[in-house]
Formats: sequence, C-alpha cells, structure tokens
Amino acid sequence: MDKVPIRSGDDVVRVRQQVRTAAAENGLSLVDQTKLVTAASELARNTLVHGGGGVAQIEAVKSPTGRAGVRLHFTDEGPGITDIGLALTDGWTSGTGLGLGLSGARRLVDEFELDSKPGAGTSVMVVKWSR
Amino acid sequence: MDRVPILKIGQTLFVSIQIDLQDESVIRLQEDLADELAVTRASGVIIDITAVEIVDSFIGRMLTMIGSISRLFDAETVIVGMRPAVAITLTELGLSLKGVRTALNAEKGLEILNGKT
Repeated sequence: MDKVPIRSGDDVVRVRQQVRTAAAENGLSLVDQTKLVTAASELARNTLVHGGGGVAQIEAVKSPTGRAGVRLHFTDEGPGITDIGLALTDGWTSGTGLGLGLSGARRLVDEFELDSKPGAGTSVMVVKWSR
Repeated sequence: MDRVPILKIGQTLFVSIQIDLQDESVIRLQEDLADELAVTRASGVIIDITAVEIVDSFIGRMLTMIGSISRLFDAETVIVGMRPAVAITLTELGLSLKGVRTALNAEKGLEILNGKT
C-alpha cells in the first residue's frame, strides 16, 4: 500500500501519477484508468482545498470472485461536511467550482463511501474493479 | 509550478499542454493567455490537449473559462486532440465544455479558425 501526503498542488499531481500506475498494474482498461485517475484528482483536490491537506492511500485489492481492483482512501482532519447529501448533489458547491467534484467522482468509480462529521474530518474510500 | 508556453503563429495563439497540469498551472495559463490576447490581438486560440491524460472538473472549468475570456477579446478558442478515454470520462463526470469548440486535431482546429468570418 502506498501512502501519499497531500499538502500542495504538486502532491495532487503525484497522487494522480501513482493512481495511474496502480490502475495499469492491476489490469484496468485505459478508460477505467482514466476514470479512476480523474476521480482521484477530484478527491485529492477536495482533501487539499476543503480538508486543509491530508493523506491518500492507494492499494491493490481482490474481489471475492477474484477480480483485481484498486482502492483509494482519502482522509483529512479538516472541518468535515455538515450535509453529506447536499455535498453529493450535482451542481451544489461550497465555493467557486461547478459542484461536480464529489458527485462526479462517485459516478466514475464502482464503490464509494463517504464518512464525515462536522469538526471531525472527512474520509472518502473508492474502488474501481477491472472488467 | 510549471508554465505552459504560448506560441503565436500568424493570427493564432497556439498552446500545447505537455505537462501534468496542476491547478496553479491552469490558472496561470488562463492569465497568460488573456495577456497575450490583449497584446497580440490574435483572432484565435488553439489548445492542444493530445498529451493530457485527464481533464477533471477544475481543468474542464478552466478550459471553458479560457473560451469565454478569449471571446471577450474577439478571439475564438478551439480545443484539439482530446483522447477518447478523456472524452468518455468528461461526459460521465457531467462536463460538456459548453461554449468551447473542439476539433480532432490541430489541423482541423486551424481550419475552423481560418473559416471564421
């Protein structure tokens, strides 16, 4: 498992590169690699901008049926999300973005788990399986 | 932070993104392009993203904004060379790059700009 700290824009690029490598090594197609790296980019930016920095964990996983996949886990100790349902709504934004980051990232992966409480940071776990 | 160079060829500004874009680089590109448009009075901008492996919501929004900004300088922006996997991902993400023209490659992009009346 690789741990990548997210403290700057350079780190976001580093997360994308490492996710790309892991996705290719675990048999994801080019389109699925691109989807996972794009989701990782959204989530890493959230960790940096909204969470005040944090960590990305990148891990190869196997499904019960033997399919290979990649799991990403982003954690921060930022202010957390008050209304998770709202945060996952297309077009809702806390800042100047389009509000597609979190909801878009969810559409690009196979599994998505968001855990956050106001004042207690945010954790997002996603998995993309090879086909 | 890496900067993306802007070349002027005739009446066209040509940008080929060859780096892993971080947010600051895209914002800088937007500012540099606005400056160049004001100084050169170019009538078109071609942004070549052949080497760009992902376009996420931030980069997509910036590309759309570059299109809007150049329109204010009476210039048209054409984005060329999008990879198929990037196009599929952008669509699933919910981004349409509304207001920006796209073309398969730089040559076709130039044709669009040259046909501009």
